[in-house]
Amino acid sequence: MPDMILTAKSVEDVKSIINEKLISENVQTVMVIDGAGNILAHCGQDADGLDAISLAALTAANFGATSQIAKLIGENDFSLLYHKGEKANIHFARLGGEMILVSIFGDDVSLGLVRVRVEELADDINQIFEG
Amino acid sequence: MALIDLGKKEVHCKIVYYGAGRCGKTTNLLYIYNAMSDNDRGKMLTIDTKGDRTLFFDLLPLNLGKISGFDIRIQLYTVPGQVMYEATRKLVLKGVDGLVFVADPLKVRQERNIESLEDLRRNLADHGLNLKEMPLVLQYNKRDLCETPVPTLSVEELEQDLNQEYQAPGFEAIATKGPGVFETLKEISKRTVNYVAQKHLFNK
Ligand SMILES: Nc1nc2c(ncn2[C@@H]2O[C@H](COP(=O)(O)OP(=O)(O)O)[C@@H](O)[C@H]2O)c(=O)[nH]1
Ligand SMILES: [Mg+2]
Repeated sequence: MPDMILTAKSVEDVKSIINEKLISENVQTVMVIDGAGNILAHCGQDADGLDAISLAALTAANFGATSQIAKLIGENDFSLLYHKGEKANIHFARLGGEMILVSIFGDDVSLGLVRVRVEELADDINQIFEG
Repeated sequence: MALIDLGKKEVHCKIVYYGAGRCGKTTNLLYIYNAMSDNDRGKMLTIDTKGDRTLFFDLLPLNLGKISGFDIRIQLYTVPGQVMYEATRKLVLKGVDGLVFVADPLKVRQERNIESLEDLRRNLADHGLNLKEMPLVLQYNKRDLCETPVPTLSVEELEQDLNQEYQAPGFEAIATKGPGVFETLKEISKRTVNYVAQKHLFNK
């Protein structure tokens, strides 16, 4: 896994497409993280209550663990994970490579919409950060 | 895997404290957490092995000031030492930039130390990393026990067991009380940041 170098422009470009596709649809918070648990971009509510660093670290480790589970049942990987809560829902998607897109949203946003939008974003984010 | 954010002028590195179960890894992080000011430390995340969980590690984010105009952000992680948590150790090592190996001086733990170092070497190799080429610092912890009647190993014996091959800098420590904790942290941070910086920032 090589080191990751972000430029101000790449971060701004990624944030702007995330804002356009997800935040404008009322998704509360979106983060792009890498396999080591670093936060590459953070959009939407900068909720004081949200401990973004811990969330990123746990997400990276959890995704790693889930990959192992996938292999045990003969899958290459699960490309997305979703947890439904009473008020908040969280959606994780692998963006190809080692990056993961995390979306946190309330019941006013449909899971279907998040899925479609995340899929639309995946290639673009990948290209901006890795291309 | 370091993250270099040229826009925010930040460098993020991951340092993992490795070693056999109960050698004092979490104690190191707790001491550091308690000694640093709120401005320089983030929240300490501790996921312990109580209960039925699949992931266990500690995480302490720190700000270590500026180097060449870049803010240095370090994330300290520990791994669970117990043999059965091999999978978690491997996950936590993903993207690691620097390592502290904490050695337990108890004579009864001699083999555990050696096994844990070998486990580290193997898990890094699975990530395509070579321990010999990475920033590494050894910590000879629990030196206070050497003044008690329990049989312990001298630093020379521990060096013989663990450091022949790596020739890494070593520090004696008493993590519960503090001696050696910041010396270890300073050395590994310095080495890790240099290692990352040499790759990217200064040789352009
Ligand atoms: N006497 C002594 N005990 C220590 C020292 N460092 C850690 N311990 C104790 O060793 C035990 C295990 O420590 P812990 O940090 O949880 O180990 P970990 O499994 O490596 O995270 C605890 O009871 C600590 O208080 C030390 O320097 N001296
Ligand atoms: Mg521990």
